[in-house]
Amino acid sequence: MVRRRLIEAINDALVEEMARDPKVVVYGEDVELSILGDVRGLHAQFGPNRVRNTPICEATLTGMAVGLAAAGYRPVLHMMFANFLFTGMDAIANQMAKLRLMTGGQMELPITVIASYGAGRSSAAQHSDTPYPVLMNLGGIKVLTPSRAADAKGLLKTAIRDRNPCIFLEPSGRGGDFDEVPDGDHLVPFGNASVLREGGDVTVVAIGRMVKLALKSAEALAGDAINVEIIDPRTLVPFDTETVLSSVAKTGRLVIVDEARECCSAASQIAAVVAEHGFDLLAAPIRRVTTANVAIPYAPNAEAQVLPDETRIEAAVRDVLAARRGAAT
Amino acid sequence: MTDDAAQPVREPQTDELLRLYEQMQLIRRSEERLAAGYAAGKVPGALHLYIGQEAVAVGVCAHLDDRDYVTSTHRGHGHYLAKGGDVAAMFAEIWGKREGICRGMGGSMHVADLSKGMLGANGVVGAGLAIATGAALGAQLDGDRKVAVCFFGDGAANQGVLMETLNVAAIWALPMIFVCENNTFSEFTPSREITAGRIADRARAFDVPTHEVDGNDVVAVWRSARESIGHARAGGGPSFLMADTYRIHGHMERELFILGEGRYRDDDEIAEWRAKDPLDRLVGQLVAQGVADEALEELDARVVGLLDAAEAAADAGEAADPTLAERLMFAGAEE
Repeated sequence: MVRRRLIEAINDALVEEMARDPKVVVYGEDVELSILGDVRGLHAQFGPNRVRNTPICEATLTGMAVGLAAAGYRPVLHMMFANFLFTGMDAIANQMAKLRLMTGGQMELPITVIASYGAGRSSAAQHSDTPYPVLMNLGGIKVLTPSRAADAKGLLKTAIRDRNPCIFLEPSGRGGDFDEVPDGDHLVPFGNASVLREGGDVTVVAIGRMVKLALKSAEALAGDAINVEIIDPRTLVPFDTETVLSSVAKTGRLVIVDEARECCSAASQIAAVVAEHGFDLLAAPIRRVTTANVAIPYAPNAEAQVLPDETRIEAAVRDVLAARRGAAT
Repeated sequence: MTDDAAQPVREPQTDELLRLYEQMQLIRRSEERLAAGYAAGKVPGALHLYIGQEAVAVGVCAHLDDRDYVTSTHRGHGHYLAKGGDVAAMFAEIWGKREGICRGMGGSMHVADLSKGMLGANGVVGAGLAIATGAALGAQLDGDRKVAVCFFGDGAANQGVLMETLNVAAIWALPMIFVCENNTFSEFTPSREITAGRIADRARAFDVPTHEVDGNDVVAVWRSARESIGHARAGGGPSFLMADTYRIHGHMERELFILGEGRYRDDDEIAEWRAKDPLDRLVGQLVAQGVADEALEELDARVVGLLDAAEAAADAGEAADPTLAERLMFAGAEE
């Protein structure tokens, strides 16, 4: 085990995979200096043919990833902020997500797209979104939302080796968080949720940046003898339904904490799947703790108002404990 | 590789002209059959025909190998065939059959043959530009003189991604050829009504070498493409080839039904361009070179034989596998 910051673990994964496979190339805006730090040093180590600054032209960058993949490379495209995925969305939604099927399986698309998402830093609405719901709905994209350094490293390494387009979403503001990272060639499989805390009273599924808040809430609730089980799905596509259903079978209660906006959030999808496949397991209605259906405001107090926080998570947990199925609410 | 910037400029030899003729004839006769098949209800989706533009795909692809890349448009049958795509697999695809080149998952607008470097026709206008740029970067990194050709239209020239890709290709000197097929229409709108300036000047603004050619003269296209592709293979960077042509059929088959009373061109204009038909012009050149009618008839018969077999196989093909989509979405799911 080695103690690494999340951003260092991502960097480690890139260095290891680039050293392992000469077909891995990293490009994007400002990747040579790296404002987030995740790709820092790669240019010096691997040179301009494998690590390259691009012009600011997201529509072209995402399309180029498809062409590079078709030419036998494993591109890692850094999109900086997840909001910029929208600027490059045609090639993500219409090409990357579809061309394998549309070509009858002829085209391999081993593409990894990295982007930092999430609010809480007064970056205002165009640098603060959590866009995984739209990515989940595309069908042909694997969506990765690590919350901790070890998972970030293991998922990114798996993504780079995967034969499909993967979007690796870095939790903004969590890059400095330390974690123990296993030594050696650490790979984390997709569709394999992690139970970060065991408890028998309420299941809390927390995604990405929200995991840290959920863990803190669980600590606070433990003081009132409420035992929360925390599940980090780690990947949203594919999603580990089994682990969530097993936990709900034990607790009978489910809260989902998701930084995406409420409408069609990942939480909505998870709630629907559990309601469909685990209705009889539930002792209380499912609760979602999500961001309000608004653009993220700039002012810190206004921003905090619309985002999930520990107070709302704890209130949701207490609510589902108080609620009973069939009882009037 | 036969082409090199160092090689002197030359004209196509008679055997090369005959090859161009056979390719153009294959595309023309294929598309006539596709039109008939569409009218007969054999094509479940939309059909965009290339008739009248054959000289562009054929004149360019004559200089490419299987390992070179092309990206295409929604009007892609000509590029697919000129790049060596299998004609029977194309008919089966367009008929929606299991034997289709894309197993019935793509259809007319998405014919692709990766084994021939044909990265696909594409339903999004201008999408091929960025894909070709990525393939050109891959070709450059491989360092083995491959090139990427992007076919796109005057309609796509108004997409912002053209500026982006010209910039990227120019700054990195990518082995890429932008081939703008100016067929004068952006779907159902004459492009002159919605396009400022000259499209070729957009490439000149990036200092990309630019050729403007008569796109209905296959020899002119062949000559300019030879120079551009040789330049790219030699590490000289991208070129832009503007080929003026005309699409004889509509934006899509049965467009008159969709348009109702509306028209965006008149019959005189179509007749004017029919008189400049690229195949007729090539036949004229071949005859002037002393090629006997029998030689052309022999090639025609070969094309007919190929197409008879292709169409019969598509007619007899099996319906697409309705459960295939679930297994094809992600690599690894099929094994």
